[in-house]
Amino acid sequence: MGTAAHGSNSNVNYLNEFKGIKSWLLSLDHKRIGLMYMISILTFFFVGGIMALLIRYELFAPGKQLLSPDQYNQVMTYHGAMMVFMVIVPGIPAILGNFFLPLQIGAADVAFPKLNLASWYVFMFGAAIAISTFFSTKVDTGWTFYTPYSIKTGTAVVAMVLAAFVMGMSSILTGLNFIVTVHKLRAPGMTMFKVPLFVWAIYSTAILQVIATPVLAITLLLLAAERLFGVGVFDPALGGDPVLFQHFFWFYSHPAVYIMILPAMGIVSELISAFSHKVIFGYKAIAYSSLGIAAVSFIVWGHHMFVSGQSEIAGVLFSFLTMLVGVPTAIKMFNWLATLYRGSVTFYSPMLYALGFLFLFAIGGVTGIMLASMGVDVHFHDTYFVVAHFHYVMVGGTLMALMGGFYYWFPKMFGKMVDDRLARMTFVLIFIGFNVTFFPQFILGAMGMPRRYFDYIAPYESLNKISTMGSWLIASGFLLSLYAMIKALKSGEKAPSNPWGAKTLEWQTSSPPPHFNFDKKPTVTGGPYDY
Amino acid sequence: MTTNVSHGEHHHSHHFDSAEHEYSSDKEGLWLFMVTEILMFGGLFVAYAIFHSIYPEMFSEGASHLDWRMGFINTLVLITSSLTMALGIFYNQQNQPKKAFWNLIATILLGCCFLVIKYLEYSGKFHHGIYPGRFLDMAVVNPVHQNLGLYFGLYFCMTGLHGIHVVIGMSLIGWVAVRTYKGHFNSHYYTPVEGVGIFWHIVDLIWIFLFPLLYLVG
Repeated sequence: MGTAAHGSNSNVNYLNEFKGIKSWLLSLDHKRIGLMYMISILTFFFVGGIMALLIRYELFAPGKQLLSPDQYNQVMTYHGAMMVFMVIVPGIPAILGNFFLPLQIGAADVAFPKLNLASWYVFMFGAAIAISTFFSTKVDTGWTFYTPYSIKTGTAVVAMVLAAFVMGMSSILTGLNFIVTVHKLRAPGMTMFKVPLFVWAIYSTAILQVIATPVLAITLLLLAAERLFGVGVFDPALGGDPVLFQHFFWFYSHPAVYIMILPAMGIVSELISAFSHKVIFGYKAIAYSSLGIAAVSFIVWGHHMFVSGQSEIAGVLFSFLTMLVGVPTAIKMFNWLATLYRGSVTFYSPMLYALGFLFLFAIGGVTGIMLASMGVDVHFHDTYFVVAHFHYVMVGGTLMALMGGFYYWFPKMFGKMVDDRLARMTFVLIFIGFNVTFFPQFILGAMGMPRRYFDYIAPYESLNKISTMGSWLIASGFLLSLYAMIKALKSGEKAPSNPWGAKTLEWQTSSPPPHFNFDKKPTVTGGPYDY
Repeated sequence: MTTNVSHGEHHHSHHFDSAEHEYSSDKEGLWLFMVTEILMFGGLFVAYAIFHSIYPEMFSEGASHLDWRMGFINTLVLITSSLTMALGIFYNQQNQPKKAFWNLIATILLGCCFLVIKYLEYSGKFHHGIYPGRFLDMAVVNPVHQNLGLYFGLYFCMTGLHGIHVVIGMSLIGWVAVRTYKGHFNSHYYTPVEGVGIFWHIVDLIWIFLFPLLYLVG
């Protein structure tokens, strides 16, 4: 068993080949950069999570618990902005995509390793700006920075939008890097229809990152210019239009929703196939539906503005177009279910997270269709129904898949096995906690409780209490996960190169992989899921 | 020339099969970055189109405050700079770094010329009380259209963002000019010069749209 024997080739890997803090901070290795993203993003997730707990604690009962109304607005803004721009958007692509995209296509690195490292620094620079605003005048606009309030509030909006701009730049550079990597660095024999579905998902996401983010960039610059120079584009007093801000903002931020969910779908495809020990059902349909979702995502942004005064014709069109998203999404769902059918399913923790994803994402998706119908949305708009819906997608979807991905690939990343009994317990806590937190919010929303308010009336109290208690369950689940992973790092069993018996390329190299990924460049003949 | 071949191989990173493989990947990355540049300016062009459809008369009044001759000279300056930039790439490809270097220097000087003219235009506007948006001095300008500030809000945003790109482009050209002078490029390796060139042409191209939209609309 592996005592760190120097000189023995098999024990040299990307983690121990170079030592010292400089070998990390200046590393061009996509695996190390992925881990650097992991540490930073998990830290932000921890802070954003504390904000979430504060929000729920404040809403435990009517009236003031802990936060003043102004503080509540600030905490809510930072929870949203951090979770969106610093956790969920970069999360899967920058951590797991960085680490596994080159491995899965049999490449030695991403196309532009220096740019990859630069993206991390750009991201951290943006994050530093965002965090610095927390120590000046805390922003209270909500993460969407809607005008006209964002022009009028006396808080550090300019710094915050510049932070989002800088992090957007990092997102663009990562996406660009991945597109070129997928086009140019696939191993010999690996055609586009032989790449794993996680690669298809990251690739579709990268296209969205490159095409949508520049529009956010100009929107945020215009907002900053509006505050600094009063240019008037979003200011009705000068002939400008505040709804134009919403159009611009959602033209990015709706595709951004799919930047958040597509990589999660990619992970689920991997997990379902690996733990059913069966070739994925409808490979091409899943691959094309990723591109389909990416394409449709650009023409649905108006569903955020059903009550903002856009024309009724536009509303009807956007309502109809939004429902189209359900088609490629359902194609994925049914293909995953068909993969499970008659597979040899094993219920290790990653698979539990994948099944949890299917369940929660189905609820998130179907309530999305409800919100897409304009008549229903007029009632649900700006209520807790919407909050519950997007948390089912973002947390129930993306974070469940991210956790599943972590547990699935942990042995490959660190060469240690996680105690699966502990890992399954984290799933139970998070899954139950999540439903306890957010299901009551559907009911609250249907009862008319508006979102973003610091206070509420007495009839909403009991459901809010349940919701807050659920948030404690989720928190304990994530803390237990942290414990399970630290324990695995310290005293976990040594991982074999392919503990799950999966077929994709990353499992054919040692755990953890060597610095250049493969001792010998792989040549591909079969598909990614030849069980 | 064998020295050139070895130089070319020197620039081929470990994860690519060959220098050509790396070159084609770099080019693809560059073009993707240009897509993001165009989409970012695209937001401004959309804002322009929307407000032009709402207040067409505001745009003709705004354009009448601009001097089309200045814009026209700047258009010529930038088109010429695109020629010298292209020659800078061409001579590097032909293993003539001296000629390439001087063409790149000429490109930077033309960029300076563009910025000087832009500075004269901006200061002239400020002198006449023309500022963006709510800072437009209504008493001095006395506009017919009450929202004229919005036109100049767009004018300063569009030309300002373009100007920032000109400055970035000039710095990048300075960087490849120094590397050209040091003899880093030859017929086998000239990716950075070509990349900077593509960026510079896109910046020029954006100006070619800005000029008629802002100066000649009426």
